[in-house]
Amino acid sequence: MEWEVVIGLETHAQLQTKSKIFSGSSTAFGAAPNVQANAVDIALPGVLPVLNRAAVECAIRLGLAVGGRIAARSIFARKNYFYPDLPKGYQISQYEIPVISGGSLAIIVGQGEQGYEKTVQLTRAHLEEDAGKSLHEDFHGKSGIDLNRAGTPLLEIVTEPDMRSSAEAVAYAKALHALVQWIGICDGNMQEGSFRCDANVSVRPKGSEKLGTRREIKNLNSFRFMQQAIDYEVHWQIATLEDGGRIEQATVLFDPATGETRAMRSKEDAQDYRYFPDPDLLPLEIIPEWIARVKAGMPELPAEMKLRFAPDYGLSAYDAAMLTVSRETAAYFEDCVAAAGRENAKLCANWLMGELAARLNKEGGEIAAAPISPLQLAALVRRIADGTISNKIGREVFDALWNGDAQDVDELISARGLKQITDGGAIEALIAEVLAANPKSVEEFRAGKEKAFNALVGQLMKATKGKANPQQVNELLRRKLSG
Amino acid sequence: MINRSLKELGAALAEKRISSVELATLFVERIERLNPTLNAFITVDKGKTLAMAREADQRLASGLAGPLTGIPLAHKDIFCTEGWLTTCGSKMLSNFVSPYDAHVVSRMKLAGLVTLGKTNMDEFAMGSSNETSFYGPVKNPWDTARVPGGSSGGAAAAIAARLAPAATGTDTGGSIRQPAALCGLTGLKPTYGVVSRYGMIAFASSLDQGGPMAKSAEDCAYLLSAMAGFDPRDSTSLDRPNEDYGRDLEKPLAGLTIGLPREFFGTGMAADVRSAVDAALAEYRKQGAVTVEVSLPNSGLSVPAYYVIAPAEASSNLSRFDGVRYGYRAPEYADLSDMYCKTRAQGFGAEVKRRILIGTYVLSHGYYDAYYLQAQKIRRLIANDFVEAFRHCDIIMGPTAPSTAFAVGAKSDDPVAMYLSDIYTIAVNLAGLPGMSIPCGFGEGNLPVGLQLIGNYFEEARMLNVAHRYQLATNWHKRMPENL
Amino acid sequence: MPLNLDQVERLARLSRIEISAADSGETRDQLNGVFALIEQLQAADTRGILPMAHAVELAQRLREDIVTESDRREAYQAVAPEIENGLYLVPKVME
Ligand SMILES: [Mg+2]
Ligand SMILES: [Zn+2]
Repeated sequence: MEWEVVIGLETHAQLQTKSKIFSGSSTAFGAAPNVQANAVDIALPGVLPVLNRAAVECAIRLGLAVGGRIAARSIFARKNYFYPDLPKGYQISQYEIPVISGGSLAIIVGQGEQGYEKTVQLTRAHLEEDAGKSLHEDFHGKSGIDLNRAGTPLLEIVTEPDMRSSAEAVAYAKALHALVQWIGICDGNMQEGSFRCDANVSVRPKGSEKLGTRREIKNLNSFRFMQQAIDYEVHWQIATLEDGGRIEQATVLFDPATGETRAMRSKEDAQDYRYFPDPDLLPLEIIPEWIARVKAGMPELPAEMKLRFAPDYGLSAYDAAMLTVSRETAAYFEDCVAAAGRENAKLCANWLMGELAARLNKEGGEIAAAPISPLQLAALVRRIADGTISNKIGREVFDALWNGDAQDVDELISARGLKQITDGGAIEALIAEVLAANPKSVEEFRAGKEKAFNALVGQLMKATKGKANPQQVNELLRRKLSG
Repeated sequence: MINRSLKELGAALAEKRISSVELATLFVERIERLNPTLNAFITVDKGKTLAMAREADQRLASGLAGPLTGIPLAHKDIFCTEGWLTTCGSKMLSNFVSPYDAHVVSRMKLAGLVTLGKTNMDEFAMGSSNETSFYGPVKNPWDTARVPGGSSGGAAAAIAARLAPAATGTDTGGSIRQPAALCGLTGLKPTYGVVSRYGMIAFASSLDQGGPMAKSAEDCAYLLSAMAGFDPRDSTSLDRPNEDYGRDLEKPLAGLTIGLPREFFGTGMAADVRSAVDAALAEYRKQGAVTVEVSLPNSGLSVPAYYVIAPAEASSNLSRFDGVRYGYRAPEYADLSDMYCKTRAQGFGAEVKRRILIGTYVLSHGYYDAYYLQAQKIRRLIANDFVEAFRHCDIIMGPTAPSTAFAVGAKSDDPVAMYLSDIYTIAVNLAGLPGMSIPCGFGEGNLPVGLQLIGNYFEEARMLNVAHRYQLATNWHKRMPENL
Repeated sequence: MPLNLDQVERLARLSRIEISAADSGETRDQLNGVFALIEQLQAADTRGILPMAHAVELAQRLREDIVTESDRREAYQAVAPEIENGLYLVPKVME
């Protein structure tokens, strides 16, 4: 049987506020246990929550970025369950009326030829508080509870079950990861848990309308683990069903060591969270003026930028999408084009997505902190465009800039004598020398072997140390041989 | 001295006729003598009290004193008090020395009031007789075989027996007004949001409100002015200008329209309560007020609606008592879940557990709409009834409680009978309105009767005025239990 | 409708309150007494009435994003049942 994979994602993005969602404690990462857990966070008797305005603004920013509806009036609810890292015995979240509903996110799945675009519909995004952490290291067979993280603001962003493969799920997660950073609401640090995904995975016979029973993979904190976990889970579900088994709804964890998913041990009898409106918190009202104010302070969004890039810079939709994967990439590109000239935009894009991306990928690091500045790359691009250097020599210049051997492109070109040889007479003289030295190749070419021509070009370029203009060499050589 | 009003005590302190230390000592000694009988206090700490009194004396000497500086005050043990045991009447918090002060406690400290101790109460304020306290029942000073009412029963007994000139209380369904009525005191539950709930251990958050308990309306006006006020830490605290709640005390009542809800004057009221209430209404007419009949047609559903909403909120509010970060933890358990279950089984008393179970039920899947949501809709109907009634009157009056103080043990095995003790007070909490109880006579067995005053939203000053004018003409509020 | 013992047991489990087998019958009876009272709500016609969750019907007040709290761990943990190295200790948490 052919199976269809159905995936929906729930992402918890920690919001970049200074203080917690309902208290004045710091949200800074890495403090000693419980020193950032104040009376409200540890739920002393009698304490009360007061909502952080900045957390709401983050939600509004996301709502604007995904084209969701921003509720004029939303409700905070209590989700009741007992767990030692949940000090109040309930989590303040949103249930019936979330702050954001609907919206969508465009994603690019795969690369190059196989790449395609897709739109993932969002169900909702709601504000809630994070829990603390249970540390399972050995405390004489006990667990230690650190409540520093308790009360950190979260935006839980929930998709429709729109994704059909682990690749789509990862592409969505990456796009959302870039977006939340782009709009400045989340630092995206996955190691520190600032951006964590739960994947609801089910399979169904291809063509079936009915959704299969889903299992929820909790707390995927890297894209690689997400891919592995979903792939494992999909295989497991299909194998189970093909063996005549049944899928039970469950919450599962991914073990990176084994690459497997397993159901969580604490099989709480059918959870009943007893959601109800939090009596400590009146309805959250967001007036249109507030939304307008937030909108005015928003950066240009990737979707808008992508639409603008293609016509403005004469780029393909794919290039435009690649250049807007992050705000830093887009900014780098636009700074580079501004200096290199709009007519060189395509060349800038090629260098950025080619050599620069490859180096960053290989050596690690963020584009914003690349050893080559947008202005340096623009200078390089200009010298290629005006024929001062060849593309090949360009790579040598790029290396020197990357390694810090030089700062100024023009100085480097003249210091190393990298200027392209464009003097026809000089090139013709060299051609005569090369033909004289390679009679065999000349003979083969005359016998119809095109390969021999390339060999002669290679010899010529070698003789000029790559500085000859390849096009010019081609033309002159061909004229000479046919002459 | 023990019968003096707060104004008189303030004057005595200001004129150095007595020091705060002397005054505190006087009350501490009465507590030492009478508390073993009454059990009105859970915690007294003479050392801390006298230290605060000494500080107050310094303030008085330096001329930085306010009208309440140096006057002793008892706090209901539901208010967190830094450095003091704060038990909320429960074994669960039998070892909880609060690391912080409730907003109300800070405000009272700021006004220079001296903390006399922490008063007994029904466990987590769940009760109407003070019999659910882990620290034993409180006795009514008028008749120690009877209950003082609840849940602020310790505060009521303490003031009635003159162990304290005044006290803080809280009222979720009548917990200030009903004990005030049963002990012959004046008590006021403000409009929801006027007094900060920060540091007041939550029972039912959408209903809880702190307020003053004292001998007279005038005293309550002083206390409320000190207690009320905006608190940014409570997001339901209302950001309104501070008020002098005593500003209208002396205004004559001519032209006042008093609404008498038909439903409050039915068969449920005991005869002795009825005659005292009727007599009080006659006094008001004598002062120029007119009475009109009004109707609160849905008030009959206030008790069932309350016993859905309050337990629902309580079941969630009390989840934090899990033996992890503070409070009681069971000595033996098999694993984490067992630790929770045993801690909560041993740490909570029967009534608290009952309400947690009720609350869990009405919120659970499949029952939420029929119970919780339905109760909230009825809550709106009840609130709307008051809006309509206040179109026809300035203030509503009726009995505070259906009977005078009942015998210890009379209702403790019948939760529903106990719940009906609050039949006249609960609707006020559901609507969020201010309510008061003032002494209006004595019933059988020389037991006090309370008259309930219900004001429109933010009409506390008006209510205090109406109560004060009555107290100028009567002396029920000045009586104290004899044989103590 | 009256509760049975299974339902009482489930409520107790959800509430994390141990109820001994000996007590569950009495608990059930008392709960059923209260539910009989609550059942009166069903008689009221509330069609078209909006639920009232709060005593005041205003918008939520928000706070500015400012860190106002400093470390008070020692004071808070002075009342904790069991701590070690600044952590609250509990019986082993199973996932
Ligand atoms: Mg979720
Ligand atoms: Zn969540």
